[in-house]
Amino acid sequence: MEDLYREIIIDHYKNPQYRGHLDPSDIHFEDDNPLCGDHIEITLRVDGDGKVTDGRFDGNGCAISQSSADLLIESVIGKSIEAVKQLTKQDVLDLLGIELGPVRLKCALLPLKVLKAGVYGLSEANDDLIA
Amino acid sequence: MPLDIARLREDFPTLAREVRPGVPLVYLDSAATTQKPLPVLQAMDDFYRRSNANIHRGVHTLAEEATAMYEQAREKVARFVNAPSVEQIIFTRNATESINLAAYTWARANLKKGDLIILTEMEHHSNLVPWHMLSAERGVDLEFVPVTDDGLLDLDVYRSLLTRTVRLVAFTGMSNVLGTINPVGEMTRLAHAAGAVVLVDGAQSVPHLPVDAQALDVDFLAFSAHKMLGPTGIGALYGKKSLLEAMPPFLGGGDMIKTVHLRNFVPNDLPHKFEAGTPAIAEAVGFGAAVDYLEAIGMEAVAAHEREIITYALERLEEIPGVKVFGPAADEKGGVASFTLEGVHPHDVAQIVDTYGVAVRAGHHCAQPLHEKFGIPATTRASFYIYSMKEEVDKLVAGIYQVKKIFG
Repeated sequence: MEDLYREIIIDHYKNPQYRGHLDPSDIHFEDDNPLCGDHIEITLRVDGDGKVTDGRFDGNGCAISQSSADLLIESVIGKSIEAVKQLTKQDVLDLLGIELGPVRLKCALLPLKVLKAGVYGLSEANDDLIA
Repeated sequence: MPLDIARLREDFPTLAREVRPGVPLVYLDSAATTQKPLPVLQAMDDFYRRSNANIHRGVHTLAEEATAMYEQAREKVARFVNAPSVEQIIFTRNATESINLAAYTWARANLKKGDLIILTEMEHHSNLVPWHMLSAERGVDLEFVPVTDDGLLDLDVYRSLLTRTVRLVAFTGMSNVLGTINPVGEMTRLAHAAGAVVLVDGAQSVPHLPVDAQALDVDFLAFSAHKMLGPTGIGALYGKKSLLEAMPPFLGGGDMIKTVHLRNFVPNDLPHKFEAGTPAIAEAVGFGAAVDYLEAIGMEAVAAHEREIITYALERLEEIPGVKVFGPAADEKGGVASFTLEGVHPHDVAQIVDTYGVAVRAGHHCAQPLHEKFGIPATTRASFYIYSMKEEVDKLVAGIYQVKKIFG
């Protein structure tokens, strides 16, 4: 269980590299996990070729949701929007390097849900995005 | 005489288990639901093994036995809260359904647009949402007694709200987050003087404190069996007889009727008028056994034990740097300690202490407005009962120090 709190997770929780807000931004989305009150807001900048040039996340919540957001932003900078659309639940779990029960999985996947809702230009996030 | 906790714990099979090999359970989540003692399990098992039948209609031996057991359970619950008569106890699924019953029958028959209901900021969602729904449907106004910084109800504001024309005051006997024990008798007296009906959410107070419905003079009292050693799926609504008699029925179906014709029906007498369909019979029997178990200990002894545990828990928790416990001092609260740990989300606290077998709850505990009031998204909550031990508080405290170490 302490594996869940691997150094990398604690490190990204306490010293996030991509916490903040881009203004102006090309993509902006935010959502909550009503169960625990986790909140994630993501802003991205995208160039003319459809490549993510910069990204930030903001919000509050548990170590899992916040470190997942930081790792995710780090991983999408330099990627094309099309590649971001293809990201899956497994990609996030690989970034975190842990296995999660169903409750904490929701925490870990909230940033991906917010990110994908943003790149797809949806008005509301849904769980199909992280299936 | 103090309780022999070691002896008493032998009655609770779950308390003897390990959550993982070598890690014994430390169950500190009794405000969510309590563990069940053997006499409760035995009573339900005996019912199913020996007397299982549907109630109230059959004339065969098992049907008569089952009916008698179900009605005896009602007598026990009535005695437990000192109801003047047995038919003033309506069996429901839980405290939530009890409050909804009052909202759908008494309130919809008696309240109209512009009427005022007073609630409080420390209510569980079960005593907020039924009134939100009524308000949306009928245009009834809602006002809220504020919670002070130290977790008490602001009774000055309450008194000033009562100068308006108030039809109903609905509040919790004891907060499931702060542990605050509210002055139910005094608040009821003030509400009655203002002409209002009083509904008390007793989901936390009935299991943990001596509650005398007649002495408190409340009009409705809602509570759940599973928070007082009984099974899930059954609760009760106590009501004053004149109110219950005047109320329209709630759910329609078998057992709640006297006669049925193709185009109409005549409702049954109390309490059956409010109990449509086959009820949770085995659960009622278990509820009765739970009440017997608590009465054998004595509710004064239950409350005294919890006071001792919460006093110790507050002392230990407050000595940890970065821990903030919400709610009043130990002498004004029951066995609930909700806290935050600086820099760590409550879910992470709960998850890490679970490694050490400690079961606590993290979240807003179905009291989101109260957390908003204190400006926090969530808390970690440790809650105690008759079987809780100081050694278990020590294990929680040790677990919190581990959390601090991990989050360094």
